[in-house]
Parts: sequence; C-alpha cells; structure tokens
Amino acid sequence: MSQNHAEAHGHDHHDGHDSHGASHGSPRGYVTGFLLSVVLTGIPFWLVMNDVLGNSTLTAIVIMLFAATQIVVHMVYFLHMNGRSEGGWTMMALIFTIIIVAIALAGSLWVMFHLNANMMPDLHKM
Amino acid sequence: MTSYPDWWKLLFGRFTLEAIPYHEPILIATFAAVALGGLVLVALITRFKLWGYLWHDWFTSVDHKKIGIMYMILGVIMLLRGFADALMMRGQQAIAFAGNEGYLPPHHYDQIFTAHGVIMIFFVAMPFVTGLMNYVVPLQIGARDVAFPFLNNFSFWMTVGGAVLIMASLFIGEFAKVGWLAYPPLSGAAYSPGVGMDYYLWGLQIAGIGTTLSGVNLIATIVKMRAPGMDLMKMPVFTWTSLCTNVLIVATFPILAATLALLTLDRYVGTNFFTNDLGGNPMMYVNLIWIWGHPEVYILILPIFGVYSEVASTFCGKRLFGYASMVYATVVITILSYLVWLHHFFTMGSGASVNSFFGITTMIISIPTGAKIFNWLFTMYRGRIRFELPMMWLLAFMITFVIGGMTGVMLAVPPADFVLHNSLFLIAHFHNVIIGGVVFGVFAGIAYWFPKAFGFRLDPFWGHLSFWFWVIGFYVAFMPLYILGLMGVTRRLSRFEDPSLQIWFVIAAFGAVLIALGILCFLIQIGVSILRREQLRDTTGDPWDGRTLEWSTSSPPPAYNFAFTPIAHDLDAWADMKKRGYQRPLTGYRPIHMPRNTGAGLIIAGLATICGFALIWYIWWLAALAFVSVIAAVIIHTFNYDRDFHIPAEEVVQAEDARTQLLGRA
Amino acid sequence: MMAKATAQAAGTAPAFYVTEEEHAHPGGSTMLGFWLYLMSDCLVFAVLFAIYGVLGRNYAAGPSGADLFDLRLVAVNTAMLLFSSITYGFAMLAMDKGRQAAMQGWLVVTALFGLAFLGIELYEFAHLIHEGATPMRSAFLSSFFVLVGTHGLHVTFGLIWLTVLMVQVSRRGLIPANRRRLMCLSMFWHFLDVVWIGVFTFVYLMGVLK
Repeated sequence: MSQNHAEAHGHDHHDGHDSHGASHGSPRGYVTGFLLSVVLTGIPFWLVMNDVLGNSTLTAIVIMLFAATQIVVHMVYFLHMNGRSEGGWTMMALIFTIIIVAIALAGSLWVMFHLNANMMPDLHKM
Repeated sequence: MTSYPDWWKLLFGRFTLEAIPYHEPILIATFAAVALGGLVLVALITRFKLWGYLWHDWFTSVDHKKIGIMYMILGVIMLLRGFADALMMRGQQAIAFAGNEGYLPPHHYDQIFTAHGVIMIFFVAMPFVTGLMNYVVPLQIGARDVAFPFLNNFSFWMTVGGAVLIMASLFIGEFAKVGWLAYPPLSGAAYSPGVGMDYYLWGLQIAGIGTTLSGVNLIATIVKMRAPGMDLMKMPVFTWTSLCTNVLIVATFPILAATLALLTLDRYVGTNFFTNDLGGNPMMYVNLIWIWGHPEVYILILPIFGVYSEVASTFCGKRLFGYASMVYATVVITILSYLVWLHHFFTMGSGASVNSFFGITTMIISIPTGAKIFNWLFTMYRGRIRFELPMMWLLAFMITFVIGGMTGVMLAVPPADFVLHNSLFLIAHFHNVIIGGVVFGVFAGIAYWFPKAFGFRLDPFWGHLSFWFWVIGFYVAFMPLYILGLMGVTRRLSRFEDPSLQIWFVIAAFGAVLIALGILCFLIQIGVSILRREQLRDTTGDPWDGRTLEWSTSSPPPAYNFAFTPIAHDLDAWADMKKRGYQRPLTGYRPIHMPRNTGAGLIIAGLATICGFALIWYIWWLAALAFVSVIAAVIIHTFNYDRDFHIPAEEVVQAEDARTQLLGRA
Repeated sequence: MMAKATAQAAGTAPAFYVTEEEHAHPGGSTMLGFWLYLMSDCLVFAVLFAIYGVLGRNYAAGPSGADLFDLRLVAVNTAMLLFSSITYGFAMLAMDKGRQAAMQGWLVVTALFGLAFLGIELYEFAHLIHEGATPMRSAFLSSFFVLVGTHGLHVTFGLIWLTVLMVQVSRRGLIPANRRRLMCLSMFWHFLDVVWIGVFTFVYLMGVLK
C-alpha cells in the first residue's frame, strides 16, 4: 500500500521478503509442482476420455480424489502454503474457508436433494 | 413509453418523466422536505465556507476515527428514513380494518416494508456496527490506524453509494415490492419488471463490496497491528467479537454478492437460475440467501455482545467474568452460525431429517449465547455498579434479549415453526433480538464511546428520556405482535378483515410513536450535549474509569492515536497500567508515520454508484462509461506511490504538551 | 497468564510504552489482507459450484454436458493455464534474484498463455452459443456459463493487472511496493489455477460421464 518510507529504507532492508516471511519457492519446487500437476491432470482426462474404468461412479470418485490431490499440490508448490507464514493465519484462514465451503456445498446439495425428493417426486428426473 | 422516441431511449434508457412520482402526495411532500433541508444544509455549508473543511478533513480522510464517525452519521440518517417507513406501516395497519383501505395503496405499502427491512439491516445496523468497530478497534489494540487506511475510506463510500441508490429510488422510479430478501420468482423479471428490484440489487451489491473489504481490513488490522504484549487471549472482548464478526463478513458477504449476481443475471440476461422454467429453482435462491442471511444476524449481534462486555466490566468496576468462556462462546457461535440457515425455511419442504438437523443446531447455538448472559450477570454480581446510561442499556438488553432468545428457541422447533412461520410472531421475535440486542447495544456504545470521540459526555437527562421511550416503546410496539402472531396473523399485510384484531395494531402503533419519541430525544440529546459541551467536558480522556487502551489516550484522540505505542501486560491493559502506576512519557517524541488522505476512494465509489444507477435504468452507454472509468480510476490510483507522510515531531510535542496541561488541570 | 505472573513477581513496574524508535512496516499486512480477499473469492466460487451441483443436471430437454463438451479442447486449455502458472513461478524466481528483464520476459510469456486460455474459452463459448446452447437455454447451461465465465472474468482481470504491473515495474523497478504487488498477483494467478482444477473436474470431466 504505502511506499515512500520503504523506498527510503532501501532495498537491502526488505530484499524480497516483505516482512512477511513467506518463501517464494525454488526452481525445483515449481518444476516438481508443475510435473505433479501435469500427471494429476493428465490421468483424470485419460480416465474419462477413454472410459478406462468402465464405471462412471467409480470414475467420478477417482477423478475427485485426483482433483483434491492436485489442489493440495498447487497449494504447497505454487501458493507456498505452510503453517508458518503470517504466524499461521493464512493456514487458519484457509482451513476456515474450506470448512465453510464444505458446509455451503454439502449443505446446499443435501437440502436441495431432499427438497426435490419431497416436493416433486414425479418430476425428479426431468 | 410509446411516446418516447428512440434517441430518448438511447440516452436515458427506460427512464421516463412518469418515473418521477409527482402524482404521489406523500412522496412529493417528502421530496419537498428533503430538498428544502438539503438546500438549507448546502447554503449553510457554503455560508460558513465549510466545503474545504469537509472535503479535506472528512470526505477524503483515511483516519479510522473519522471514518467511524461518518459511518455512525450514515446510520443515524438512514435510521430516520427506516423508522419513517416503520411509522407509516404501523399507521396503515392500525387503521386499515373492515373495509377501510388505509392511506397507503398496496404497491406503495409493499415498497415501504421492503425498504424498511433493507434499510434497517444494511444501512442502519451495518453502518452502526462497522462504525463502532472502525472507531474503537484500532484504539483498543493500540494501533495508529487500520491495516489499509485507503481501503477503509473506499469501503465507507461504497456503503454510502448503496445507500444513495436506495434513497434515490424514493424520488426516481420506485423501490422493490418483494420483501427484504427478495425471493424469486416474485423478484424475477416476470413478476417484478420495474426498476425497484434493480435498485435493490445494485444498491446491495455496491454496499456489499464495501462491507466485504472493510471486513478484510479489520481482520488484517486485528491480526497484524496489536500492541506489543497483547496476545490473543489478552485482546479486549470487543476486539475479539469484532474479529469474529469480520471473519463472518468476509466469509458470507461474497455469498450474498454471488447470489444477488445470479438473480441479476436472471433479470438482465434471461438465465434460468431461479426461474420457474427451463430447470431453474427459486428454492435454491432461498437456500443461498440464508447461508448468508443467518451469519448476518451474528455479524450484527457479535460486536454488540462485545460492547455489552466492555460496558459491563467498566461500569461494574471489575474484570469481565469468564473472559475465556466469552471468547470461546464467540468463536463457537462464529462456526455454528453456518449450520443453522435452514431454520428460516423449515416450511419449504426438505423433510423431517433435514429439519430436525437444523432445528437441533439452532437450539445448540442458543447455549453459548446463554452462557454470555450469565457472564454479564456474574460480572455484575458483587460489582460496584454505576448506573450510567450504557449500563442501563445493558440491563434493558439482558431482559429483552432473553425474551427474544426464548421465542427464538420456540421457532427453532420445526413443528411449531410450521404454525408460526411468516407470522407476526416471527416479526416480533426478530425485532425483539435486533432492537433489544443490536439497537440497544448501539446506543450503549454511542453513550459509552461518545466522550472518547468528541471530548465531552452526552447529556444524561435526554439520554435517560430516550432510553425509557425506547425500552417502553419497544415492549408496547412488539408484545402485541407476539399475540397477533399466535392468533395467526401473517406478516406484510396491508389491510385486515377481522375488526377484533384492530386494538392490538393500535397499541403497536402507539408503541412505535413512543419509539419515535425515543429517537427524537436521542437527537435532542446530541444537540443539547453539543450546546452544553463545556459543562460535559472530559479532560482526562478516561471519563468512565475505563479498562482498555482506548481510554489511555486523550479525548478526542490525536490523529496518530498514541504518541508512544502502549505495551499490554494484562487483559484490561489500561486498568493494569493505572493500578501499577504507569508513567506517561513526556519527552522523546518522534515524527509519526501516517497514511495520507486521498479522494480516490470517494471518486471510485461515486463512479461505481453512477454505474449502478445507469444499469438500473438501462442507460447502457453511461453504465459502460462509468464501468471503464472505475477500472481506469483504480489503475490510476495504483500509480500513486506517494501515500504516506510523517507528522513532524514538533506537532506531536504540541499536542502532547496540551494534553499534559489538561491532565494537570484535572 | 504465566508471563503476567512473572512480570508482577519482578516487582518493578514494567515498561508500558514503546519509547525507542519504531519501524513502520508499510504494507506489512498486504499479503495477509490479499489472502483474506482470496478466501472471500473462494466463497463466490463455492456458490457457483453449489449452483452447478444443484442445477447442473437440469437440462430442460436441452443438450447435456456429454453432448456439448469437447474434452480435447478443455485439455489444451488446462495446459495453457498450467504453463502460465509455472512461467509466473519463474517470473517470481527472477524477481527474487532481482533480474528485472528476465522477470518481465516471463511475465510476457505468462500473459500470452493467459490470453491463449481466454481465446480458447471464448471460442468454446461462441461455438456453444452458435449451436443454440446459450446461457438462457437451461439451468444447466446458465450455471455452466456463469461458473466458467466467472473464472474467465477473473483471468481477464488478472491479465489487466499483469499489464499494469509490467508498466509499473518498468517505470519504478523492483521496489518493495512492486514486489508486493507481484506477489499478490502471483497468489491470485495460482488461486485461479486451483479453481480451474475444480472446474475441469466437476464441470467438464464429470459432465461427460453418464
């Protein structure tokens, strides 16, 4: 946000780490993350495009697991999430957000599924 | 419409001269009064050459204290509007019986109850709460401003922008006629084709952006800028509840924004999210809006719980009973508030399993809330209670809120809710907790922190008068609604058949008049206090023998809040400092690094408001122009790297020496 | 509580004010604040995913995902986004080493990948609309267009922001303020990747599953 002061202090003071202590990763980290995400993206596409498993429910579960893994990979290698940056507050915020997202998603699906089942049983398969 | 040529539509969209409601005498009278008042105000400001002062010292200010005060002023102004709506509704319902049509035609009445709800929640309660947090939190944690001072100013003006749109709907076009949460399909394009719904959508969208950003800002402030030594479990309770509130804001207002955006798309583009056909599902809107809506009520009440906690410990002269349990209760409420939203629509038909889950979670959330009531009670127990005005509000709150809480638990029982859903019982319940909780707490907070903000106390006589009118008025206005609700009267009706109900509505209308007198006394209290400010002056900066850091600096605090950042050693840091004989440093002042004022926030928010207005009226060229201008203004703003300055040491010395003299005199 | 007890036990009144010079940390809260903003953005996407989850099979006798989606196109698009992610990562590494020219170069590459992503997405949208699968056709298509489109809108703003930042870096160099902004954009960019993982999994891949 604010500039003047930091400039006066010069680069040597801050040098890349803006008093927040987060790392920006290393070439190795980025490449590892990239390769992992290529694999984790490629397999689900392959599974779906070639109908490898032959069972859509199983495929859905498997690709969701891949997605979850890939999200973790991105968080770790690209977003450099760890329990230490900003005194753990970014991690805390992330966990809280995941909980809220899970509640909102699962809750909405649950509520709306029951609603549809109860209120329009005949129209359910529209 | 047909008489308007194409060039007119190109220039003015769907705005026509008929949109000006000159055939509605009530609106014309209101407009005349507002215009006259506005002109007098403008004339006075010009006469006393105050424009420069207002612009430089207030509108462009990034000082959290001034922004906090501006939020409070916005809240008071909008309270007058929202309460005028309430009086009109009560008046209509008291007379519209047995063939009497009353004085409000349905289309007008429907706009009024919608405007009342929207204004009271978004533009009265929210600004009040945000204003208190903005003013008090940085002072309580020993900081010199918030984490993002410019963003703070911008957030405020976005809130104002939303309020301006809502107010504009009064005189240009109409407002929504759909109830404060605007359920589709009624609020969809098919059933609400007019501009009213669009005023609603864009007004809330613009204000909501401001609210979300202010939430981010205050979380970062509380997390990063606490005074040395103030670890989490030494934070004042108000700061704690503010933290939880802002977490809720950041985690729910985006849900509101997204949901309203989807409804906007349904209306503007013709998508099928909440429509009746082509696979849309209006119930999904109800589901989503309440995922925001329920945490919203905790956004309002949590910081107010903080206010009551500060008031309780200050005016009982002792540490808050059960500080840790208070903190844990607040955190538990923060999480649980996401698990109860369905209790707003038990009757929608999700069935027994879903309803029982949400009914039980709703009952569970009353437990931490109940624990808080006991904490305040035990704080009072064997305390040296001073019955100053904030303390009186606390007592009125405790009694009133318990009643509201119990009727809430009644509504949490799904079978009971099937009877009481959308009845006046519900109306009585949520006014019981919002007035008895939030509004009383806001007045407690105003009475408590006013001397800090302005350096003199509020006049107690008019304050007590206002207090009694409010409290008695509340009971007279809303207890009849409980009874009516139990008799099966539903909400939002503008006329009735059964004359035996009329007496209750007349009583309720009388209660509303009492509350109106309470508001009047509050305004007189402010005026009288300003006139009597020399008698009410506080030179110590600590008129109530306070316990937290905001009372350690002067009243009003200097722009930089603290010449030296305080160090907290205890939960009640200032009480601890007084007890252990702190020494206020009198020398060694240094220049203080502060953010610079900027008009960028006002300009960007103003452009966003124009964009909203243009979208409401389908003035596409203006909307595009304003939108591009918003982006351009933001980009230009980021090219300004020169955002702060140093208050020279001499100025600090001057201010602090003046304070030393005042303290010596006291 | 323990610390307080020891301070009191010491007997002497402790320091109540910071009297030595304080170092202001301009922008010290920026990274946390921006992260909080991203979390709020997460909730926006959560709503869009929830809508897709609830309405995503309401085809209203219109086309379904299996009829419409071309997974090869989506795979190419995903690759664009992944490439742009790692090139942005390289830009940040160059920034850490203070190599401004290299960093600007990587940012240009990132922007090109981003543009390619947007181009493909617009092509896909245009194709769908041309086939009559408009956002107005069914709740499924409404939620599809809005979920994917909101992500695309974010990428668009990311590109505008990237351009502005490149101008600012070229004018002022890698001063701390610009570094901070670049790191915020980095988080934003990688965050969009994470959202895209959800999009291609839940919308495209699961959409074509029967």
